[in-house]
Amino acid sequence: MIIGSAGFGGGRPHVNTALEMLKRIAEEEHLTLTCAVIQAEIESATVLDAFRQGLITPMPGAPALDEERIVSSSRIVGQMGTEPLVRALRTGADVILAGRACDAALYAAVPLMHGFDPGLAFHMAKVMECGAQCAIPLAPSDCLLGSIDSEGFTLRPLNPDRICTPESVAAHALYEQPDPFRIVEPEGEVDLTETRYSQIDRASVRVSGSRFVPQPPPFRIKLEGARIRGYRAITVAGARDPAVIANLDAIESRARETARAHLAGHLDESQYQIRFLFYGRDAVLGHLEPSKTSPHEVGVVIDVVGETLDIAQDVLALVRASTLHAPFEGRKTTAGNLAMPFSPSDFVGDAVYEFSLYHLMEVHDMTSLFPLETIVIGG
Amino acid sequence: MTSLYDLAVVLRSKNAGPFLMTIDVMLPDRASFLRVATSPAFSVETISSAYGVDAREVRVIPVEEINTVKVTLPRMVGERGSGSPGDTDVYGAQHHGPLIDIEVE
Repeated sequence: MIIGSAGFGGGRPHVNTALEMLKRIAEEEHLTLTCAVIQAEIESATVLDAFRQGLITPMPGAPALDEERIVSSSRIVGQMGTEPLVRALRTGADVILAGRACDAALYAAVPLMHGFDPGLAFHMAKVMECGAQCAIPLAPSDCLLGSIDSEGFTLRPLNPDRICTPESVAAHALYEQPDPFRIVEPEGEVDLTETRYSQIDRASVRVSGSRFVPQPPPFRIKLEGARIRGYRAITVAGARDPAVIANLDAIESRARETARAHLAGHLDESQYQIRFLFYGRDAVLGHLEPSKTSPHEVGVVIDVVGETLDIAQDVLALVRASTLHAPFEGRKTTAGNLAMPFSPSDFVGDAVYEFSLYHLMEVHDMTSLFPLETIVIGG
Repeated sequence: MTSLYDLAVVLRSKNAGPFLMTIDVMLPDRASFLRVATSPAFSVETISSAYGVDAREVRVIPVEEINTVKVTLPRMVGERGSGSPGDTDVYGAQHHGPLIDIEVE
């Protein structure tokens, strides 16, 4: 059994939590298991070093990097490819518990270890990592069986209520991928332009022709880094009064001004960020919203991110009260602009993160970057 | 004229990593695929203007075999990637909105 990316994020605490769960299950079931644990967290010093040597490049769309962002990252993980997983498989462990890993690597490691064609192995793995998402009806939480041989691979859902079709499997190459004809992995790319899909029985699809283009060394792995931007507090409310709905922008700016005036001299404006979301108007698309129809009711979320949670809560309290009582032209609802559904009205979120890193790093030694430890659990 | 929303059987958006979004327009048959794929109303120019991004950053990829047109473009929300302050759609699942009312001949 291969587990990864442990706890989704695949950092050290996530791997450790998953390991504790495994230990508990092994003990409860009276199993003795050899467990190969592969960590994927990377020290910021290692990344900083690589950055200074010019070995780090941004992924498409990722913003520029600087040293401050690297050292202030709360956590950095690298997405392991198949090499560390194959190394763990060769130990003969019963369970492999991997930190952050490329999704496809988890399924490609076994066929690659047995010498199957990497183009077929990675393509099959890329479809399998989403389970029955490639089936009809689709479901990410149901099982898919993949069988590989030297000429191609075959996929079929294990649930008899689902089938795979050539179109459903081919269409899966679109899912969450920027390019439907190319799968990019640390080991190389799979070219899907010559791939052929055919129905071989009611539920099974045969795939062939996926072509592997190896990445010449040096290999590059993807880094994901998170950095704390602040702490969040929000309030949720509703507007029903037509004049309030027509004047939301005026109410927002009035509330911001009032809050700013009260906070001046106590907090610097860099210590907090205020955002108004008007659901029913344009909260999802913002200025990209093409529809200009006027709703009869609007959901209002006031979102404050502060340098500390105390700051976020204090600023939110002030902005909320200022919004509730903001005057505007033509106001009839002089006792309050919003319906508050909850008491207390405010909620605290958690730390708010941003991506400090979404970059590729050249690497020469996977073994030290993704260290392997074998332990025996249960018994 | 038909709206893209009425024509498509699947019209979906999703993150493709934390800094890109991808939109899949799956059409029911080859005729409607060709209507969309060749429509001047569904071009790099019209899409980049609907999303307020540089046309050079937008890719429109026809996938003829499955009657689908894919659009890949930068993520417009979030100050520094998915989930960062200012994001309104952490998984990018509702950002096909600006394309819904595009009218295709």
